[in-house]
Amino acid sequence: MLFFSQLINGLQLGSIYALVALGYSMVYGIILLLNFAHGDIIMVGGYIALLAITAGLPTYIAVPLSIIGCILLACIIDKVAYSPLRKAPRISLLITAIGVSLLLQNLAQLIFSAKSQPFPSSVVIPKGSVNIGGFAISYTALVTLVVAVVSMLLLTWLVQKSKMGKAMRAVSEDMGAAQLMGISVNSTISFTFAVGSALAGIGAILYCCRYPQVSPTMGSLLGLKAFVAAVLGGIGSIPGAMLGGFAIGLCEVLVTSLGGSAWTDAVVFAILIVVLLIKPTGFMGKAMSEKV
Amino acid sequence: MLKVNDINVYYGSIHAIKGVSFEVEKGEIVTLIGANGAGKSTILNTVSGLLPAKSGTVSFMGKTINGIAAHKVVGMGLAQVPEGRRVFLNMTVQENLEMGAYTRKSAEIDDSIADVYERFPRLKERRKQVAGTLSGGEQQMLAMGRALMSKPELLMLDEPSMGLAPILVEQIFDIIKELNKAGTTILLVEQNAQMALSIADRGYVLETGKIVTSAKASDLLNDDSVKKAYLGG
Ligand SMILES: Nc1ncnc2c1ncn2[C@@H]1O[C@H](COP(=O)(O)OP(=O)(O)OP(=O)(O)O)[C@@H](O)[C@H]1O
Ligand SMILES: [Mg+2]
Repeated sequence: MLFFSQLINGLQLGSIYALVALGYSMVYGIILLLNFAHGDIIMVGGYIALLAITAGLPTYIAVPLSIIGCILLACIIDKVAYSPLRKAPRISLLITAIGVSLLLQNLAQLIFSAKSQPFPSSVVIPKGSVNIGGFAISYTALVTLVVAVVSMLLLTWLVQKSKMGKAMRAVSEDMGAAQLMGISVNSTISFTFAVGSALAGIGAILYCCRYPQVSPTMGSLLGLKAFVAAVLGGIGSIPGAMLGGFAIGLCEVLVTSLGGSAWTDAVVFAILIVVLLIKPTGFMGKAMSEKV
Repeated sequence: MLKVNDINVYYGSIHAIKGVSFEVEKGEIVTLIGANGAGKSTILNTVSGLLPAKSGTVSFMGKTINGIAAHKVVGMGLAQVPEGRRVFLNMTVQENLEMGAYTRKSAEIDDSIADVYERFPRLKERRKQVAGTLSGGEQQMLAMGRALMSKPELLMLDEPSMGLAPILVEQIFDIIKELNKAGTTILLVEQNAQMALSIADRGYVLETGKIVTSAKASDLLNDDSVKKAYLGG
């Protein structure tokens, strides 16, 4: 009983990490950038949803609005900050990403103050629970799991079967050869950012429903853990990011339920270190040769 | 069909291509031969738009194409089989071919894929296989098939014989001849000068970024200095 509810709890948290981790992994897979601003895009998504709901917009408008906001923001960041650096050394790109992250956090502080604000989660997903086979599962957990799984299935289809998804794989493997096929590298990269941020936007809403508050720094720790999940799964690998996300979520809930809630973050990072020592490429990562 | 006029190409401060001019007429097979590092691949990459020329012009079917992004050049009818094949190793044979037709309407693709499979039956047997598991020869066929998927007027091949056994080289060159007979103009870059000159109409000899000789292929085969430098005496 307790085990089952903790399992659901862990899967719920894990699916949020997985959604966010996918954004890290996809962007890394295509331009080898650890996009440190990814977590802060989630924060922006949270604020957009908060503002939209406070302004009285219904959920079915507020949620898409927030997701579209995340997509636009990521595409603007790519155009303004990253795309001028396509040929620059990777370290410049990395430092730029950290800069963008700080910029977003400070802007949010300036506009909304550093205090966290409550998020009206019950407007998005009503309180209550359903009974499945004698176990009570909260609506929030159920919706989170269903939305996350559907998103991941759609993503898998997109990457494996759609024309744009195939172009993404081609660009991530060999940019020069992809251009010779007539694929525009820049629009493919923008598309990758857009997809990753759409998932982040969905993750943002689900995260705010689980921990109903928003603050300018909320993206940092979530982003960091999702990043750990991506590395754990093998950065650049899409199934790896999903697996890594669920692993981190389950692990956190396990540690908490064993009474070590103060230790969860430490355990997450300890796991990262151990996995990297034993299998540096993560669960599903291939040994990638450095791209030039 | 292709006119390259006095191009200069640099890698940083390295002056790789120094005032090169050449032409390819419709229906021809033209070959560019030269030793390692002479600049053959650099020229092809400049024509296809992957590298910028510092000066000079490249025009294709009457249009100036230097300065146009590489991904837009393909749609104009110019395809390149890059050096070292560079097929997408993690994608299946079929997906690689689909990528070759990226600029075309999806309704037209199936016919072209069928054409490629007819020309390269080995690829058809392996259509669901990931390209990374193909042999070198099969990868070369895939790279050529992939380039053909864009229905090019001009096909540029960069060392298609590299690393292949003599019998396979022979096969690849037969295919090039067939493609040419079927109407595709060919620009062939080779270190295997003997083979290249034996199927080409005309040839250019490149040395450290400059064209030093240009003549009919049959004349180059008998040219003493060419024999000495590229044909093993
Ligand atoms: N990315 C690069 N950066 C700097 N120099 C380069 C680069 N690529 C090629 N070069 C230089 O440009 C010159 C021409 O190289 P290129 O690859 O065009 O020769 P190639 O004739 O194709 O040789 P090969 O037969 O070995 O393929 C060489 O001196 C090479 O060192
Ligand atoms: Mg070369």
